[in-house]
Amino acid sequence: MQNKFIVLSLIACLIIAGTSCEKTIPGAPEDDQILDGPIEGLTPEQNRIFLNGDVAFNGDVFSAANGLGPMFVANSCGSCHAGDGKGHPFTTLTRFGQSDTLGNKFLMQGGPQLQNRAIPGYQPEKIPAGATFSNFTPPANTGLGFFEAISDATIMAMADVNDANGDGISGRPNWITIPQYSELRPGTIVRNGKYIGRFGKKAAVYDLLQQTANAYNQDMGITSTYEHFSTYKNQDIEPEISNQKVLDVVFYLKTLKAPVQRDQNNPDVISGKQVFLNISCGKCHTPQLQTEPSSIAALSNKTFAPYTDFLLHDLGPALDDKYTEGTALTPEWRTPALWGLGLSKNSQGGEYHLLHDGRAKSIEQAVLMHGGEAEQSKNKFQQLPSSEKTKLLKFLESL
Amino acid sequence: MKKPITLLLVILLVKTGFAQIDPDLLRSPDRDSTRIKLNMDAVYDRPFLQAAKLPVALGGYAEANYQYLGTDGITEGHQFQMRRLTLFVSSSIAKRIKFLSELEFEDGTKEINIEFASVDFEFNPLLNLRGGIVMNPIGAFNQNHDGPKWEFVDRPISATQMLPATWSNVGFGVFGKKYLKNWVYAYEAYLTNGFDETIISNSENRTFLPASKANRDRFEESFNGAPLLTGKVALRNTKIGELGLSYMGGIYNKFQDDGLILDDKRRLNVFAIDFNTVLPKINTFINAEWAWVNVDIPETYTEQFGTKQQGGFIDLVQPIIKKPLFGFERAVLNAAIRLEYVDWNKGIFSSTGGNISDHIYSVVPALSFRPTPQTVIRLNYRYNWQTDLLGNPAAKLAGFQFGVSTYF
Ligand code: HEC
Ligand code: HEC
Repeated sequence: MQNKFIVLSLIACLIIAGTSCEKTIPGAPEDDQILDGPIEGLTPEQNRIFLNGDVAFNGDVFSAANGLGPMFVANSCGSCHAGDGKGHPFTTLTRFGQSDTLGNKFLMQGGPQLQNRAIPGYQPEKIPAGATFSNFTPPANTGLGFFEAISDATIMAMADVNDANGDGISGRPNWITIPQYSELRPGTIVRNGKYIGRFGKKAAVYDLLQQTANAYNQDMGITSTYEHFSTYKNQDIEPEISNQKVLDVVFYLKTLKAPVQRDQNNPDVISGKQVFLNISCGKCHTPQLQTEPSSIAALSNKTFAPYTDFLLHDLGPALDDKYTEGTALTPEWRTPALWGLGLSKNSQGGEYHLLHDGRAKSIEQAVLMHGGEAEQSKNKFQQLPSSEKTKLLKFLESL
Repeated sequence: MKKPITLLLVILLVKTGFAQIDPDLLRSPDRDSTRIKLNMDAVYDRPFLQAAKLPVALGGYAEANYQYLGTDGITEGHQFQMRRLTLFVSSSIAKRIKFLSELEFEDGTKEINIEFASVDFEFNPLLNLRGGIVMNPIGAFNQNHDGPKWEFVDRPISATQMLPATWSNVGFGVFGKKYLKNWVYAYEAYLTNGFDETIISNSENRTFLPASKANRDRFEESFNGAPLLTGKVALRNTKIGELGLSYMGGIYNKFQDDGLILDDKRRLNVFAIDFNTVLPKINTFINAEWAWVNVDIPETYTEQFGTKQQGGFIDLVQPIIKKPLFGFERAVLNAAIRLEYVDWNKGIFSSTGGNISDHIYSVVPALSFRPTPQTVIRLNYRYNWQTDLLGNPAAKLAGFQFGVSTYF
């Protein structure tokens, strides 16, 4: 009996302390199934900063005690960008007050962003009468370092402002004014004191620092030295987070890996990509770009496949919310990156919520809602034989 | 910080002092810690060590464990933890006046709590007055939480991550019992200090009653001047088992300060049901608890914080070997399983009409060896499936936990 027990406990100890420890815990999902995680090739030092940023992005939850609000949209970066993927209607935010290229006329009435929630005892904002607005569903945050690392010249090379090639697709950058604290990229192109925006649905944001400082400020009501005016009555208050934290988060965003395509060698996926190019989807959703030399070696001189051109395109009246930012016109949207598209459901609560406001509930719906410059391309999509269409959709899901 | 340590030292000294007395003078009632009376009796139904004529009895328990857990392929590695060390002192001040205190050190000395420190006056079995730091009788676990009584390394998720076990507060109340043949009926009702706004404003990012435990001021002053009512009725039949129904509720927010109105009065209500029994013949011990939480949250706040929560657990413990082993006269080997569930947010999204998730399922198969009823060595395998607010694919956590827990 005694022996038996000793044997039993030995076995138990072996299970626990043995070499097979890792087999007793749930396995890691394949790299191509998730969007979060760093790019390959970071140094140990960079790994540390990445982890600090990760904790701030996903772990920091703001409450009234540490500065949330008083008016806000959500209380942590991670709640709107779950797993660094696209967001859900619950995390969709509203911007209002600008309907032409002359700027936002409702800045004194809480514009541009609606803080539709408030900590207990306070009242949230309402959209002022007469203001047009647009709803924005959070995009995925993957591979943003690659976006930062391309040059303005690369973006300009894709533009075709007056549709010189007559393909019905123009494409132009959003010329914006940038905040003082943004550091200019090498080779930045300036026109009449305006710069090329590349982040956001309207490409109205210059860099990840501006995006991050604004997200803290506008989405959560957290002031920093970068954005020190509270959304509450525009009061100039002391910073509620450190610069270090903001910079760590920027580094985190910059070093998030690029989504990994699945089923790349599947013949249907391969021919689906050909269909995609044939019907001109790739004229806006540019399949391949190249980064410039970067201070982060892992981002230097890399080709990547984002399927965007960072340019504004008029997508027609159905997608025109009569709201805009920078010098974009109201029906114009920055081409969204399509990489990571097939994994959207895993962060959107099991359903697709596509296009800028999440109105499209499937990839096909999103394509069918294209108009304006994409009208011809959409028509070609509709006329595809069903086998081709299936292959195209398979390709899109593999992204 | 210093005080509890001094107290600990004194108690340890007193205990070693006793050890030098003729051990026959010490009564150490050898009670079966798995066979409980009513849950409300748990505070006194513990093994105490008492010198024959001294009116003071001492006791305590300790829990330590090892675990190797991982979530979706990422593990924190091998962890050794001193979960808690708890000391009790009870004394009979006079006939029918008792005092009991329970002091707990969690995770080493990271957290030191007075879990219980109250004096009981018995006027009549049906009417006792209790005052001091009391354990609010919500559900059964909160009152009956001693580690050595359980076959599982972790406390139930619903009891500690939804209900705030262990949850004690300063206050007063009454309790009583009535015995009728095979039946016992009991009631308890207390008014105590209570919750605060951190239950909807915390870093857990969900409605989280345990957040108020961090407010140590609650032993000195009420957050809002509104008392928390906790009440429970329980009945037990010696053949069928014990059933408890409990309620806890009150206003949790600061609705006024300095005579100025700050907000509407906002309530929280908790209902719980608990049941335990031992199946005849096969001796399976079944212990279950289920609770509903309902919190009034401003509509203009965020759906991140749920207005309704629900969850519970069921433990099945099956003795498989019950005979002298290695010289332990009353050794028992148990196979056990715990099933757990908590939904921290039972609402629907106003934006989509879809279900708000934020829930967890968990299964914990276990083996436990009790050389004596007061000591348990346990091996658990835990598997959790946790889904975020939006209902994205569940994060899976699993791994082994091994631990010992014993009264001393
Ligand atoms: C309320 C939900 C919400 C919160 C909280 C939030 N975001 Fe966002 N985020 C969005 C939305 C919506 C957009 C799209 C905005 C736009 O296009 O102008 C966005 C866009 C972004 C982008 C631009 C991505 C791109 O491809 O252009 C980045 C980067 C980003 N967020 C980072 C952050 C960081 C960092 C935080 C925390 C400091 C944060 N977000 C907090 C909703 C949120
Ligand atoms: C004229 C440029 C243009 C062309 C051509 C074009 N798109 Fe788009 N696409 C866009 C823009 C701009 C949006 C964003 C519109 C919005 O958010 O309202 C978009 C959005 C999408 C989306 C939704 C992405 C998301 O993250 O929500 C998908 C999918 C998509 N396009 C696929 C296609 C396919 C397939 C084709 C070819 C049939 C195509 N697009 C052709 C510009 C274009």
